Amino acid sequence: MAEMTVFLGPQHPFGHGLWTIKATLDGEVITDADPIIGYLHRGWEKECESRLFPQIIPMSSRLCYGSSLTWEHLYAKTAEELLGVEVPERAKYLRVIAIELCRIQSHLMWLAALGTDLGNLTVFLYAMRERELLLDLMVKLCGQRMTTNYPRIGGVRNDAPENYERDVLRVLKHLETKHKEQIDLNDNSSIFLSRMQDIGVVSKAEACNMGLVGPSMRASGVDFDVRRDDPYEVYDQFDYEVPVRKEGDAYARYSVRIEEMYQSAEIIRQAFKQMPEGPYRVKVPRAAPVGSHVARVEDPRGESLMWIVGDGGRTPYRLKVRSPNFVTLSLTKKLLLGYRLADLPAIMGSIDVCMGETDR
Amino acid sequence: MISMEEGKKDFIAAPTEEQIVQNVLAKFPDLVNHRATKTRRVYFKADIDVLFSLCKYMRDEMNFVHCSCVSGVDWETHLGTVYHISNYETGIMVEISVDIPYDKPEVDSVTPLWNGANFHEREAAELFGIVFNGHPDPRKLLLIEEYDFYPFRKSFKPAEVR
Repeated sequence: MAEMTVFLGPQHPFGHGLWTIKATLDGEVITDADPIIGYLHRGWEKECESRLFPQIIPMSSRLCYGSSLTWEHLYAKTAEELLGVEVPERAKYLRVIAIELCRIQSHLMWLAALGTDLGNLTVFLYAMRERELLLDLMVKLCGQRMTTNYPRIGGVRNDAPENYERDVLRVLKHLETKHKEQIDLNDNSSIFLSRMQDIGVVSKAEACNMGLVGPSMRASGVDFDVRRDDPYEVYDQFDYEVPVRKEGDAYARYSVRIEEMYQSAEIIRQAFKQMPEGPYRVKVPRAAPVGSHVARVEDPRGESLMWIVGDGGRTPYRLKVRSPNFVTLSLTKKLLLGYRLADLPAIMGSIDVCMGETDR
Repeated sequence: MISMEEGKKDFIAAPTEEQIVQNVLAKFPDLVNHRATKTRRVYFKADIDVLFSLCKYMRDEMNFVHCSCVSGVDWETHLGTVYHISNYETGIMVEISVDIPYDKPEVDSVTPLWNGANFHEREAAELFGIVFNGHPDPRKLLLIEEYDFYPFRKSFKPAEVR
């Protein structure tokens, strides 16, 4: 049969953002796939070179609206370590709580998107409904739903509001019961399983070599989590598990993310128990010393990294962002080759695409 | 945990920071600048011609299976690339920095070693004008084909900030 080239995107429901897959098909089977990105490239890194250090925090949240708080935190952390600032203990705990809330809501948004990818609007509605509760918690803490602008260089913007612990624990308890119902909806559905299992398989060695990170990597059997193995903030103080699956298919990526939400809830509970009293923010110098610094954190999508160079001035000389999805999209061909076109939304849905951080 | 070539006799799955510095200096005595900056971070400054063999050594014998990031940078007197590679056993991240002259902006590609460097090198190539020799797919990635300037070089001035 003659080969056919299909352009999926840039406006396509599977994409969750502006990007294109140029897929070559032999009948229904994908024989080649080439990702075309760059529609959202806005020169973010260059723009940072003309901004003062604190001005980059709200810019970082625009990298990805789903995990905005993680990006702000990563920038604040990198800048702190370059400036040589020690963050107060209470601020570290507040950051961990905020990041983990952000991780749960990001994963819930991924679950909702996966639902629409598979044509299951019930999953979409349920996940979005629970996510709203977490966004309300964000509003209480930061005053914003998504682009939160909460971490600061040297701490966080404000202390936790009154009764915040009670509210968070109440939401987590509700979430865990509701979440169980949702997961049963998926796991007991033979349609869901047959669409997710044994597609988009990535082996352990491939996952390492091709730079797959985060939940997708752990679904391929690589037992590595930046929070546990290269701890930052106060992640070494908590007792939690890092879910790992061996299969490496779309369903394994799904189940790793689902399990991660429970572990995040566990971390938040422990953080509230251990959180000390004290200041939540310190004064910081305005100019950076000459030198460079690198920091990495575990984003909801995987290992994200920032490398920052100071030249003695009040703006960074160079700021490089390593976005987990930027590298994941280079695996597009590997993920899709040999599978059918109808599997494409499920495979791409399982890696949680976000274009804002990819194109920068 | 993961080894590229199992059964090699020099293979160290979980080297410490000191072991990395000692082993690399024994193998590459010309490295001018190196330090273990802090816990789980090691820094090397390499020449262009030893970069590929250093990276290959790190991957095959020190078990650095993951290339986190390849950054291009314009130092105004010369260009440069910086590689961040990590070991999944120990959580150690090594930074390798290379200077590249303006008049011959070429460096060996590490994509044949780590496929994860693929998009990072394509990005640095189009934004800084660095040529990565041996890259399997040297097309433009983020910018359109017609751009014949390198926007992330310091000589390219963006519009005035208000």
